[in-house]
Amino acid sequence: MQQEVIIAGFGGQGVLFAGRLLAYTAMEVGKAVTWIPSYGPEMRGGTANCTVVISDEEIGSPFVKNPTAVIAMNKPSLDKFEQLVAPGGVLVVNSSMIDRPVERTDIHVVSLPANEIAEALGSSRSVNMVVVGALLGNLDLLPMEAVEKALEAHTPERHKRFLKGNVEALHKGAEHRVAEKV
Amino acid sequence: MTKELIKGNTAVAEAALRAGLEAYFGYPITPQTELLEHLSARMPELGRAFVQAESELGAINMVYGAACTGKRVMTSSSSPGVSLMMEGLSYIAGTEVPMVLVDVVRGGPGLGNIAPAQGDYNQIVHGGGHGDYRLIVLAPASVQEAVDLTALAFDLAEKYRTITTIMMDGSIGQMMEPAELPPFQPLKEEIPAWAVRGAKDGEKRVLTSINLDPPTQEVMNLRLMTTWQKIEANEVRWKGYHLDDAEYVVVGFGTAGRIALSAVRAAREQGIKVGLLRPITLAPFPAEILDELTEKVKAFLVVEMNTGQMLEDVRLAVRGRKPVEFFGRMGGVVPFPDEVLTEIRRLATEPQTTAGHPRDRWLARLTETIG
Amino acid sequence: MTLTDVPAKVVYSRPDSLECRGTHYCPGCTHGIAHRLVAEVLDEMGIVEDTIGVASVGCSVFAYNYFNVDFVEAAHGRAPAMATGIKRVYPDHIVFTYQGDGDLASIGMGEIVGAASRGEKITVIFINNANYGMTGGQMAPTTLPGQKTTSSPTGRDVARQGYPIQTAELLSTLEGAAYVVRRSLHNNREVRRAKQAIRTAFEVQKAGLGFSLVELLSTCPTNWGMTPVEAREWVEERMLPFYPLGDYKISSAVAEWMK
Repeated sequence: MQQEVIIAGFGGQGVLFAGRLLAYTAMEVGKAVTWIPSYGPEMRGGTANCTVVISDEEIGSPFVKNPTAVIAMNKPSLDKFEQLVAPGGVLVVNSSMIDRPVERTDIHVVSLPANEIAEALGSSRSVNMVVVGALLGNLDLLPMEAVEKALEAHTPERHKRFLKGNVEALHKGAEHRVAEKV
Repeated sequence: MTKELIKGNTAVAEAALRAGLEAYFGYPITPQTELLEHLSARMPELGRAFVQAESELGAINMVYGAACTGKRVMTSSSSPGVSLMMEGLSYIAGTEVPMVLVDVVRGGPGLGNIAPAQGDYNQIVHGGGHGDYRLIVLAPASVQEAVDLTALAFDLAEKYRTITTIMMDGSIGQMMEPAELPPFQPLKEEIPAWAVRGAKDGEKRVLTSINLDPPTQEVMNLRLMTTWQKIEANEVRWKGYHLDDAEYVVVGFGTAGRIALSAVRAAREQGIKVGLLRPITLAPFPAEILDELTEKVKAFLVVEMNTGQMLEDVRLAVRGRKPVEFFGRMGGVVPFPDEVLTEIRRLATEPQTTAGHPRDRWLARLTETIG
Repeated sequence: MTLTDVPAKVVYSRPDSLECRGTHYCPGCTHGIAHRLVAEVLDEMGIVEDTIGVASVGCSVFAYNYFNVDFVEAAHGRAPAMATGIKRVYPDHIVFTYQGDGDLASIGMGEIVGAASRGEKITVIFINNANYGMTGGQMAPTTLPGQKTTSSPTGRDVARQGYPIQTAELLSTLEGAAYVVRRSLHNNREVRRAKQAIRTAFEVQKAGLGFSLVELLSTCPTNWGMTPVEAREWVEERMLPFYPLGDYKISSAVAEWMK
């Protein structure tokens, strides 16, 4: 069993850390995992993305053309990745930053205003956790408890004050269920 | 030991440290820089030598000096930087002092780009520097393998008094995977007899690559070649996947190899009996297993992130007995598994030939794709 | 009293750290003097067993044949980098390079500036003879304006070929350089001064005070097409005005130590 997630957005939206959180969790529940960022000039302020592959066996390609899930945190990311989501897969859309509807009808679309949700929690930096939560609520990827545990373990000391808000953001995001988990 | 999620570049740096690296000299270049950055913090912490050199020329010649002391020394760079190091590598080969080079290959030629590529296969495996020398080339396909091969690289370099290169590409350098790092090895205490250390015992040592007298140089060349024969006999490494009943075999190294693995699995699901041979040592090249497979299988597909450089080594091993086809992407473009799958399906369903050159057929197909 | 009545006394002999062998340098060349001065200093300081030399590419490519110390041979221009590698592994050893002007000031300018700016605790013996000696007398970065060489047959034309590099002056601007001086080997008085400078340069390294370099104006009678005596006169008349002798950099730490 293998699943692939691409998380994309502006630099500074916490895209790479969101991916790493999934990777840490996957490792800690004993799965094989790869995390690979887009690297290069685009990481200085433009769009950033990372690909996370989670599998029960040795992973072949860390690059995926048609991932089972995409998180699009801004419009350029939606434009780039919408057509690439595998049929039947999950597309999480941060509607706070995206003013157009999703065109695909053969995938599960989870659209939520992640920025407003995070701000309502008093935790505007937790946008990335809201969308990760939304993914976890709609895709049978990793157990939420394990993600919480990994989040705590990999939040550096200087950021510990954000931990509570981040955990709340994960749960709040997960409440946005579109249907049965894929 | 527990696993940790670690970036390839950082993992190699830490693995080298744990293997007893005593001196590192380097110069920043993407996509290798995390390796230098990690050691810039860790080496001084442990009281070991770290210098960010004025250039790759400076770095490789600092390595040359430190290698002459017989200590474990290393440098790392990426394609354009390694080109600058070629002079020093030739001198180091000519002086027969051990060192480890990590080359995190990127797209080229020229300044190219910083995306993952394998276009430096010929430069590293078949030469680069001037003169008649060879070096051991290890090609990891995962972070764990990169860690494991790092310690091996030092052992091999010392055993044969040679350069060992770990050739990765930008994606292995930048990728995070769980890996188990080895325990710390104690630093080497024994200084090899040939190493300079000050003529304390009244016996002076001179390390040089100059041999003005051609017959003396020829003896030296012969010694290098004899050593290389031992390396060829003892140090070939590769990994096979689904080879037992394979009718078709994909050959790919490093990242191209693991991408091909995804394609091989997908092809198996479609009922195609295909396996994967992933060379781990590019030099010495696993020619023997290819020779054996040639007897058993119907055809080969070589997959690389270049225009078919290892392809020629595969063709030499297969020697026209079975069809060899090729698929590659270039310039920092990484193939997706489905592209390789298409090629495997073509191999299994269309008539194959040993005539002509696979590169020509690939180019004809590729220009349809990328024009 | 006849001469035989004076008891014999050895007043001059080969330094222990010089090997007993014939030289490959040309008659009248001052490389031999420079070698001897370095060897005398190594003997006097008692550091022969702790010293590792780095030979360069040029006439002194075989310097390692003459010294009784461990030696490595660098690629053209890269001796300071190689010395850096050794010194960083053996910080308590004495590491020196012996480089000519083509090696140091042309192809190796990056490495020497890098080493000096890092304050690398090595000693550089820099031979400036205003041409490429080993390859047969081509124009060097130190060739004087108007000087004829095999690759500036009508004389160095600064409009086309630029100006010579004044190495000691250039390196003296670097904070990492602790002791940078220029001396000459063209007469006995200057040879004695050169030796004092070489001694100081090695002492600076031994005391861990930083990068030290002694530039030595040298003769190249063969390629200059002169007798040894004419060559010495040429150094005095032509080179000294362009390359004034002197102390170009004495860091405050070195000045303090010299007291």
